[in-house]
Amino acid sequence: MKHRLLFTGKKFFRMALLLLGVSLAAFLLMSASPLDPLQTNVGQAALGTMSQEQIARLEEYWGVNEPPLRRYLGWLGDVIRGDLGVSLLYRQPVTQVIGQRLQNSLWLMAAAWVLSGLLGLTLGVLAGARRGRAVDKLIRGWCLLLSSTPAFWLALVLLMIFAVWLKVLPSGLAVPIGVDAASVTLGDRLYHAVLPALTLSMTGMPGIALHTREKMIDVLESDYVLFARARGESNRSILLRHGLRNVALPAITLQFAVISEIFGGSVLVEQVFSYPGLGQAAVTAGLGGDLPLLLGITVVSAAIVFSGNLIADLLYGVVDPKIRRGAARA
Amino acid sequence: MQPVLEVRDLSISFTQYQGGTRRRVLPVIRRLSLTVTAGEVVAVVGSSGSGKSLLAHGILGILPYNSQMEGELIYQGQPLTPQRAARLRGREIALVPQGVTYLDPLMQVGPQLRRGRRDAGARAESRAVLERYGLGRETEERYPFELSGGMARRVLIASAALQAPKLLIADEPTPGLDARAAGRILGHFRELAQEGAGVLLITHDLELALTIAHRVAVFYAGETVEEAFAADFPAGRLRHPYTQALWNALPGNGFTPISGTQPGPGEEGPGCPFAPRCPRRAADCAGDIPLIEAAGGRVRCLHPEGGKTP
Ligand SMILES: Nc1ncnc2c1ncn2[C@@H]1O[C@H](COP(=O)(O)OP(=O)(O)OP(=O)(O)O)[C@@H](O)[C@H]1O
Ligand SMILES: [Mg+2]
Repeated sequence: MKHRLLFTGKKFFRMALLLLGVSLAAFLLMSASPLDPLQTNVGQAALGTMSQEQIARLEEYWGVNEPPLRRYLGWLGDVIRGDLGVSLLYRQPVTQVIGQRLQNSLWLMAAAWVLSGLLGLTLGVLAGARRGRAVDKLIRGWCLLLSSTPAFWLALVLLMIFAVWLKVLPSGLAVPIGVDAASVTLGDRLYHAVLPALTLSMTGMPGIALHTREKMIDVLESDYVLFARARGESNRSILLRHGLRNVALPAITLQFAVISEIFGGSVLVEQVFSYPGLGQAAVTAGLGGDLPLLLGITVVSAAIVFSGNLIADLLYGVVDPKIRRGAARA
Repeated sequence: MQPVLEVRDLSISFTQYQGGTRRRVLPVIRRLSLTVTAGEVVAVVGSSGSGKSLLAHGILGILPYNSQMEGELIYQGQPLTPQRAARLRGREIALVPQGVTYLDPLMQVGPQLRRGRRDAGARAESRAVLERYGLGRETEERYPFELSGGMARRVLIASAALQAPKLLIADEPTPGLDARAAGRILGHFRELAQEGAGVLLITHDLELALTIAHRVAVFYAGETVEEAFAADFPAGRLRHPYTQALWNALPGNGFTPISGTQPGPGEEGPGCPFAPRCPRRAADCAGDIPLIEAAGGRVRCLHPEGGKTP
C-alpha cells in the first residue's frame, strides 16, 4: 500500500511539472504569434476611427505592451491561487467558459473514446486471430488508410455523405437551430453528436486496432496457447480464455493513451462541424489572442490527458497480478 | 501386444523464405521411428535442437503452420490423422511441456487445470490431482510467476495426470532441478506408466533417461539410429557407434567426449550422418542406411557394434 501511495505521489508531482511546461510552451507560442489581437478583434477600420486613449485602453486590455515574462508570471501567480482569469473574448471567467464548452465536448469525446476503444479492440482481436486471411487484410488496409487520413478531411467526407447527400444527420452545431435551450432533449444532443463523434473515433481507432492485432498475434504464437491447444482447448476457448485476457493489459494502456489523440482531433473536427466545444474554443482563443482562455484550455486538456495516463497506471496495478500481488506483499 | 503409439519414418520439415523469394525446405526430423506400448516408459534421447519438441508437437498435431509432416503415426492400431489427434489431445493423449512459459501468465493454476469447467466435480478433481503431487489447496490460487521451478513442473504433470491419459508425452521435464527433485519428477512418470499409460519421455540427458526408461530410442541428426533396452546399456549390448559414444561420454563410464559436432538441419550429406565422427565407418556408409532389427532392438548402421570391425 505504501509504495502505491508513493507511486501516486510521484505521478502527481510529475503532472504538476508537466502542466507548468505545457502552459509555458503555449504561452511562448502565443507570444511569438504574428497576429495582433487588436487588429483581429477590433478590426483595422474601427482602430482607425479611435482616439489614442481608446487605443491605449484596448492595448492594456489585451496586454499588448506588457513584458511577456511579467505577464506569464502574473498568470501563474493567479492560477496557483486558483484563479484562471477572465476570458478576453467572452468576458466571462475562464473556468465558466471551459466548464460550458467541456460539457458539450465531453459528450462528443466520451462517445468517440468508447467507440474507438470498442471498435479498435474488436477489430484488432479479429484481425490478429485471422492473421493473413481476407478479414485481416481488409481491417489492416482500412486502419492504415484511416490513420493516414487527416481528421478534418474525413470530417468533410462524412459531412458530404451523411448531411449533404443522404440528409440523415445534421451538418453542424450541438443542438437544433431555433429551439429553446430548455426544450433541447438528450436525443437532440446525441443526434447532433453522431457525426462528429464518429469522425473523432476514427482518429483513435486505427492505432488501437493495429496494436491490439500485433499483441494478439504474439499471444497466439505463445507457448501457453500451444499448450492450451495440446490440452484440447478449442480455438474459441483459446481466444476467449487466453487471448482476451492477455491483450487486456496493453488494451488498457492503448485506451487511455488515445485520449490525447481524441483531444487533438477534437480541435479540427469541432471546427468542421461548428460544434461549440472545447476544441472550437481553443481555436477561437488562439486566433483571437485570448491568452487566459487559451492557457486555461491547454492546462485543463493536459490535466485530463495526464489523468487518463494515471488512471491507466492505477488500473494496471489492479488488473496485472504481478503488480497486484507484489504490492500486497510489500 | 498392440503398441499405444507407433511412429514410422516420420519426417518434419520447415518451409523458409530467404531474401523474400527464395524458398528453402529445411528438414529437421527425417526418418524417425519408435514404438511405445502401454505400461512402458520409452525415452527419446537427442541433443538440443535436434527436433525433440517438434516430435512431441507433431504427434499432438500442433506443429506450426510453416511445417510439413510426413510418415506414419499409428495410435492404438489406427492412423493418427490430424482430425483424430485434435479429438484425442487433452483426453487420451497428454503433453507435459518443456517449461513454465507453457502456462498462461495471467491465469491462476486452478482455472488452468480445469480448462474452463466450473462445476464442483472439476474443482474436486483439480484439488485431488494437485494433492497427489504434493501441492496444497492454495496452489489453485497461485499465478505461474508465484510458482517455484519444481512446483511449476508438478503443476504441469498434474495437468496431464488430470486427463488420465493413455499416452503421455513428457518434453524435457527436469531441467533446472537438482538430482533429487528430478528423480521425484521422473518417479511420477514411472507411476503413471504403472497405471497403464504409455509414456514417451523426451530428453537430452541419457543418464537421467536410463534411471526410469524401459527402452531408449536414440536420435541423431533427425533420424532414429537405435532402439535399445535400458538394460542393454550397462550390459554392453549396444548396437550403434553413436549410442556407444554417448554411453562412454557419461561421467561414470570414462567421460570420453565425442569429437566433432552433429550436423544441423539441412547440413547432412547423403549416407550416414554420423559417419564423419564414426570410428567404424567404411566406404559403404555413404549409401542409404536402413533401420534393421538387431538383437531385439533396431539399429540404423551397416557395421554395428559387436560385429567385425571393417
Ligand atoms: N517455427 C519454426 N520455423 C523454423 N524452424 C524451426 C521452427 N521451430 C523449430 N525450428 C527448428 O527445429 C529444430 C528443432 O527444434 P526443437 O524445438 O524441436 O528442438 P529440441 O530438440 O526440442 O531442442 P531443446 O532440447 O533445446 O528443447 C531447431 O533447429 C529449430 O531451429
Ligand atoms: Mg525442446
